[in-house]
Amino acid sequence: MTVSETTQCYHCGDAVPSAAYEADGHPFCCLGCQSVYRILSNSNLKQYYRYNQHPGKRKGDASARYEYLDEASLADKLIDFRNDKITVVTFYIPSIHCSSCIWLLEHLYKLHPAISVSQSDFLKKQVNITFKHAELTLRGLVELLVDIGYEPKITLQDVIKEGRRFSQKGLVAKIATAGFCFGNSMMLSFPEYFGMGAFEAHYSEFFGWMNLGFSLPVVFYCGRDYFRSAWHSLRRRELNLDVPLALGIAVLFARTAVEVWSGSGPGFADTLCGLVFFLLVGRWIQQRTYHHLSFERDYRSYFPVAVTRLGGEGPKPIPLADIRVGDRLLIRNNEIIPADAILLKGHAAIDFSFVTGESTPVQRVLGEIIYAGGRQTGEAIELEVVKAVSQSYLTRLWNNETVKPHERNFRTFSNTVSRYFTVVLLAIAFSAMTYWFLANDAVRAWGAFTAVLIIACPCALALSSPFTLSAAMSVFDKNRFYIKNTAAIEQLATLDCLVFDKTGTISSPSASRMRFEGKLSPYEWSMIVGVCKNSTHPLSRELVKWAGETMSGCLAVEEYRETAGKGIEALVDGHRIRVGNARFTGAWEKGNGSRVYLSINDEVKGNLLVEQPWRKNLKEVLTELASGRQLHLISGDNDKEKAELSRVFPPQADLLFNKLPTDKMEYIQSLQARGHRVCMFGDGLNDAGALKQATLGIAVSDDINNFSPGCDAILDGRSFVKLPRFFRFAKDAVKVIHMSFGISLTYNLVGLGFAITGTMSPLVAAVLMPLSTVTIIGFTTIATHLYATKNQLVKKQ
Amino acid sequence: MSVIFFLIGCSVFIALIFLAAFFWANKSGQHEDTYTPSIRMLFDDEVEDDGKTQG
Repeated sequence: MTVSETTQCYHCGDAVPSAAYEADGHPFCCLGCQSVYRILSNSNLKQYYRYNQHPGKRKGDASARYEYLDEASLADKLIDFRNDKITVVTFYIPSIHCSSCIWLLEHLYKLHPAISVSQSDFLKKQVNITFKHAELTLRGLVELLVDIGYEPKITLQDVIKEGRRFSQKGLVAKIATAGFCFGNSMMLSFPEYFGMGAFEAHYSEFFGWMNLGFSLPVVFYCGRDYFRSAWHSLRRRELNLDVPLALGIAVLFARTAVEVWSGSGPGFADTLCGLVFFLLVGRWIQQRTYHHLSFERDYRSYFPVAVTRLGGEGPKPIPLADIRVGDRLLIRNNEIIPADAILLKGHAAIDFSFVTGESTPVQRVLGEIIYAGGRQTGEAIELEVVKAVSQSYLTRLWNNETVKPHERNFRTFSNTVSRYFTVVLLAIAFSAMTYWFLANDAVRAWGAFTAVLIIACPCALALSSPFTLSAAMSVFDKNRFYIKNTAAIEQLATLDCLVFDKTGTISSPSASRMRFEGKLSPYEWSMIVGVCKNSTHPLSRELVKWAGETMSGCLAVEEYRETAGKGIEALVDGHRIRVGNARFTGAWEKGNGSRVYLSINDEVKGNLLVEQPWRKNLKEVLTELASGRQLHLISGDNDKEKAELSRVFPPQADLLFNKLPTDKMEYIQSLQARGHRVCMFGDGLNDAGALKQATLGIAVSDDINNFSPGCDAILDGRSFVKLPRFFRFAKDAVKVIHMSFGISLTYNLVGLGFAITGTMSPLVAAVLMPLSTVTIIGFTTIATHLYATKNQLVKKQ
Repeated sequence: MSVIFFLIGCSVFIALIFLAAFFWANKSGQHEDTYTPSIRMLFDDEVEDDGKTQG
């Protein structure tokens, strides 16, 4: 540890290759980190470094441009509030990760006097800033945040606003009201259960009316969603679980009202309040979502907010929606091409890594069409738009708002059961009523009918799915597998066909392996690495990462020149170094794979072959997944790795290459047409259509805060090895649901024994209902945990 | 024993006050971020400065 400590960057903790950057005796890895430190120390904010060691994150080399924030029409979309003095804005900042971040973001007022308040929300990774816009513009504020290493993520599909749309506040208020009524009515019911003397009888009437009063808000405010849902389901000629629940609530209330009114009994107000309270808690558990992840992203969250249009009055930032066919756009280094366009000027080297997962830039010549979604690397280019943003080739794929066909077909287990449950329940209730009518006991007939509906109200049944699945969800979550909702877990258990994308999905883009062919001395290596360090080209960065691990010291680089699409060259210690393609370095083109050629003083020294770095234990993972499931591969790349992949995949698997994004979607459709429940694993925009079409779309991502296309679940690349265990655990979770259904049905049967005789006392209901609920909650929690342990998804304590 | 009516009235009234307080807390967003405040309170006030002491 002592060795690494001395060479770690004071700001970000990365290894410091040489003492090139230094301030106040602290070493820094790059100019970016050093300048952040300078800004903070000048503003007396050095405390930032006291709460955590190396709290910063290395600044990306891509610096976005924020001129568009000066456009009032665009800025208005981003801000929360504005009056004549102040503006309030909320930013989503992905790099928030420690307490130092919170501290710094809440002390922004020290950096700029115009900022009056800034408050951060750690879990949502958001910061809310109030500032005086006369002294600081929105653009100035964003640039200030970028300067200190906290770049806000600004997209059109705003994660913040989306998160706000969905609020549980209403549900929480209902739970509070139901809990309040539950507690009070239980207190008022106790005297009745313990038995009251004859001299206290006049109290029972008072308690009855109080209880009826408490059940009013519970039925008409807290429970109204159940009536609404039951009504909708009946109109669609379906019977979901809300039908017997609503029936139970209604009957409980009717019988309580009648008994209190007529003075014939205490009623079931406490059971009613408790039922609604527990049901709402279950619903709340089920609706838990991730604050910082969005599963509904479309192209808007990926594309920039604005682009530069070249017009009569010079370059001007315009919102994406205003792009018209025929517009001339200026795309600078590291900017994304927002619409299909023809290249008019400049060298285009487009990095389609977000689209295909392939990070090697693609060259385009003048007059060629460039599809939207690529990122320009190198010099600025000019384009003429040929299709509007929403009509572009890739955006069209997931722009159409077609509902997933299977989502309507998919029945969760509780929905399937509830159809039969309701029918059986009504049959029992009516036959009990008929029996007592025939026995000429109308009072008992009414009693038995209502008691059956009350006691068999599937409260525990309704809670077993939410509690099991949300427990399972948090197990997945701890293993870096983020699932959109609880229904997706049930779907996960039913899948029988898995389709994988190649690049970025079963290969990891971050851990490229390189193989060197040739001979170089360590000194020559350090020269090459020194040159490559100056380049932002993905291959150069990979080379530095691959070779740089063993490097120490940095050599001075002169006359550095980067020729887009060809290579880089520079003078190091008087030696001319060239790194690039075969023609650029004067080497013979070697066959397969992407290669980087190296030459020193015009003498070719060898080449580096970039190998596809497969994910860890890929073969074992696939072999395990293949039992009971079909596996297929569909890739947009060429088939040069087919031989290697056919050894990894099972023999009966389809290995498809050179597929267009629409082909992928149609392939999934054809599998579904054959009756398969298909899971698609993808990562890029080109998988978006397939992910959406698949029964379950899983986006594989190495940085979950980065872009991922719309999907049902996001899998962190590091957890790829756990996939077989995830599938097993999902099946186990469904098993737990089945078992808890069994338990709650047993409770219902016991209760029915009391109910059909027509002599059920309110005490039986008041004991049975909470008892079954607590049993179910306890059972599901413990059983899910046990299965998670069995599948090695939780650490043993 | 009529005092029991009064006592129940009191207890429900007090419970209603707490319910109202919860509603207020819910509405004013106190349950939205339950994590950051726990860290915020651990931050020291100004400690080291360039010579000056600050309140």
